[in-house]
Amino acid sequence: MDTPAIDVRGLTKSFGSTRALDGFDLRVEPGQIAGFLGPNGAGKTTTIRILLGLLRADGGSARVLGADPWRDAVALHRRVATVPGDVTLWPTLSGGEAIDLLGRLQGRPDPVRRAELIERFELDPSKKIRAYSKGNRQKVLLVAALATDAELYLLDEPTSGLDPLMEEVFRAEVRRLRREGRTVLLSSHILAEVEKLCDTVTIIRAGRTVESGTLRELRHLTRFAVSARLRGDAGALQTAPGVHDLSQEDGVWRFQVDTDAAEPVLRLLADIGVEDLTWSPPSLEDLFLRHYGDVLPREEAVR
Amino acid sequence: MTATTTAPRTAAAAPHPGGAWTGTGRLLRLALRRDRVRTPIWVLALTLTTAITVPSLEAAFTDAAGRQARTELVTNPAGVMMTGPVFGDGLDSLGAMVANEISLTLLVAAAIMSILLVVRHTRAEEEAGRADLVRAQAVGRFAPPAAALLAAGVADLGVAVGVIAGLQGYGLPLADTIAFGVAVGLTGLVFAAVAGVTAQLTTSARAASGMALAVLGGAFLVRGIGDVIDITGSALSWFSPLAWAQQTRLFVDLRWWPLGLSLAAVVALTALAAALNRRRDLGGALLAGGAGRAEAAAWLASPAGLAWRVQRGTFWGWAAGVIVGGVAFGSLASYLEDAVTDLPALQEWMAIELDAITETFGAMMLLYLVLAIGGYAIAAVLRLRAEETAGTAALVIVGGPGRLRWLRGWSGVIAAQLLALLLLAGVGLGVGMALSTGDGGHVAAMTAAAVTYLPGVLVMAAVTAALFAAWPSGAPLAWAVEAYALVVGFFGELLDLPEWAQDVSPLSATPFAPAEEVTTLPLLVLSALAVGLAAVAVAAFRARDVRG
Repeated sequence: MDTPAIDVRGLTKSFGSTRALDGFDLRVEPGQIAGFLGPNGAGKTTTIRILLGLLRADGGSARVLGADPWRDAVALHRRVATVPGDVTLWPTLSGGEAIDLLGRLQGRPDPVRRAELIERFELDPSKKIRAYSKGNRQKVLLVAALATDAELYLLDEPTSGLDPLMEEVFRAEVRRLRREGRTVLLSSHILAEVEKLCDTVTIIRAGRTVESGTLRELRHLTRFAVSARLRGDAGALQTAPGVHDLSQEDGVWRFQVDTDAAEPVLRLLADIGVEDLTWSPPSLEDLFLRHYGDVLPREEAVR
Repeated sequence: MTATTTAPRTAAAAPHPGGAWTGTGRLLRLALRRDRVRTPIWVLALTLTTAITVPSLEAAFTDAAGRQARTELVTNPAGVMMTGPVFGDGLDSLGAMVANEISLTLLVAAAIMSILLVVRHTRAEEEAGRADLVRAQAVGRFAPPAAALLAAGVADLGVAVGVIAGLQGYGLPLADTIAFGVAVGLTGLVFAAVAGVTAQLTTSARAASGMALAVLGGAFLVRGIGDVIDITGSALSWFSPLAWAQQTRLFVDLRWWPLGLSLAAVVALTALAAALNRRRDLGGALLAGGAGRAEAAAWLASPAGLAWRVQRGTFWGWAAGVIVGGVAFGSLASYLEDAVTDLPALQEWMAIELDAITETFGAMMLLYLVLAIGGYAIAAVLRLRAEETAGTAALVIVGGPGRLRWLRGWSGVIAAQLLALLLLAGVGLGVGMALSTGDGGHVAAMTAAAVTYLPGVLVMAAVTAALFAAWPSGAPLAWAVEAYALVVGFFGELLDLPEWAQDVSPLSATPFAPAEEVTTLPLLVLSALAVGLAAVAVAAFRARDVRG
């Protein structure tokens, strides 16, 4: 069995009276693209900073590529590339200078990839950083990280500030990392991004893991969203097992269906008679909202 | 550990384990690259200061009588405070005069340069988040602070070499010139290490340099008071790193061992900084700030309220410094009597003269405090530029008040703060003098005298505002006004500058109260100048683009 690329167990970290991490678990296997989802302030950045050995955890254990990130930070960083979440680059350096500096500090710069990435991200490396727009500064960070030869990439909200075209370039680059067998931890609060890219997803809330697994496993935990215009009497739906939140407006019935109840509900609908039917697949968004949407009515589904 | 499926893409990839110092060399080069303009300017300025002082002193004091007159000028408490100790009959030689004249200036300048440099490359990097990015590469935990201290070392070495070079060509003893340079460089390094420690204590770069500069201010006071107590240096003097440099008795009776204290301080402070660094998270600090209020107070909802909120920490720091400095300076008044008794020529005049001398002393000390307040005026107005660069100015201007109300709000707060600082300086100085002489009248006299400097410091603020409005990137040039005021304030008499050249400094143009009678004309002229410059600032700011 492979050593996990990231193995975090029961991690705790407090800043003063604020508890940022409260028994957090995370496991990422080598070669996986792992999504790391959570609302603002949930502990994503704190986790990544602990994985980089920049913070010392109060409790629990963290291993990165089999090493202790606090003790073996320097040796480990030669095998890791990162895009931090919140950084102001040196305003007087050019983008190219910043990229080269970071690559050399990391120890494994790849000049061929550097040229390729600058071209693909349409970045002008001779501009001073203070003259770049927000999106272009983010591209500098992305090129710097992706142009280093690493086993593990820790990306903290890497697409913030990018336009949709550049987001696509970024996704293509991440897929390329996967083909090369590299491991990626991608923190984000953008569900679509994680859905498109990631093999596994870990959801963090208030410093704790609330859900973790492959996309398929997680989808299983959610429900189909259905809206239908029915010919017959919908009374049978109200008592059908696996149907939730049934409501009707202007003759359109809306409800949710547990993933394992799909088949009987479909039969039931066929019996009632359907004029119009929209059957949406379970989305990560539903799962997300179920965990975070304290104020939403679906909160009855607390796990 | 199992190998991952990844094969390194590049050949030079053999990972080798790294220590806590890995990356120091590269970060040092980065620091030097970023300071490639700033540091040479400091070195050049200090070299020129040295190189200009030597010939001008040589030309000004050719005979023994002239040197004796100069000695009398600098051996009174005010003079000692602002220069340094005097050893034996030491002010006879050119070298001793040079050391007496500029050693304190060079030491303080090297210290300020080093403090700003170290904080810029340590805490400021953490505050900007760059330290995260850098440390996430193969960079050890001590590499960033070590690189910062080494960069300070390079800069201080440059200053040392510059000072030594500036002293050559006038037949001064070589060993003493070298000791002079080494003392200046090493003292810079002591304060670099002080900043290395304060950078560990707080999460804000501004607070870290503020704390280190406060230590420098304390060292200045301690040495000054210590040397006034005993002109060759009392036990108190030895608590100040500035004294260690001056206790080498340059050009009189050279001794190197006091510099051993400087060296020991560098080592001890560096070790302390490393120990503190090891105990904390990156970006964290031992004195992390507390939480703020959840809701804004009502007064915060205006440009002036915001200006006060943003500036108040710095203001209270300066207020404390001005009061402590004022009381400490003022308390030296009791040593004036000794100074007068020491001058036989003046003995018969003593009864009458002591009052006049005390007033002159008070006026001199007040001018020194006002010079510091002038620095606050410029720094406070330059905050406008920081606000603009950060984009918060645009946010406020667009948010409703408009650009002129924004400018007016800030200016009003700064003007009020300057008046408050002047009052505090006057009261502090007066209280100190009253306590040491037993004459309570000094409090009112010094406070009244302090207020007369308001037009002068307002001119300094208005020059900065006009520059900020008309030529934002050149705004820091306003520091030239402060530098000129310092030169005139400290050396105007000695350099024998003509009256008009002295009056170019808004502070020297102000009557030397309470020693001189206050006349209204200069105050009116200065007030008109301040108003005129403010009008220029408003007109220029109305016409230009706002960044952000």
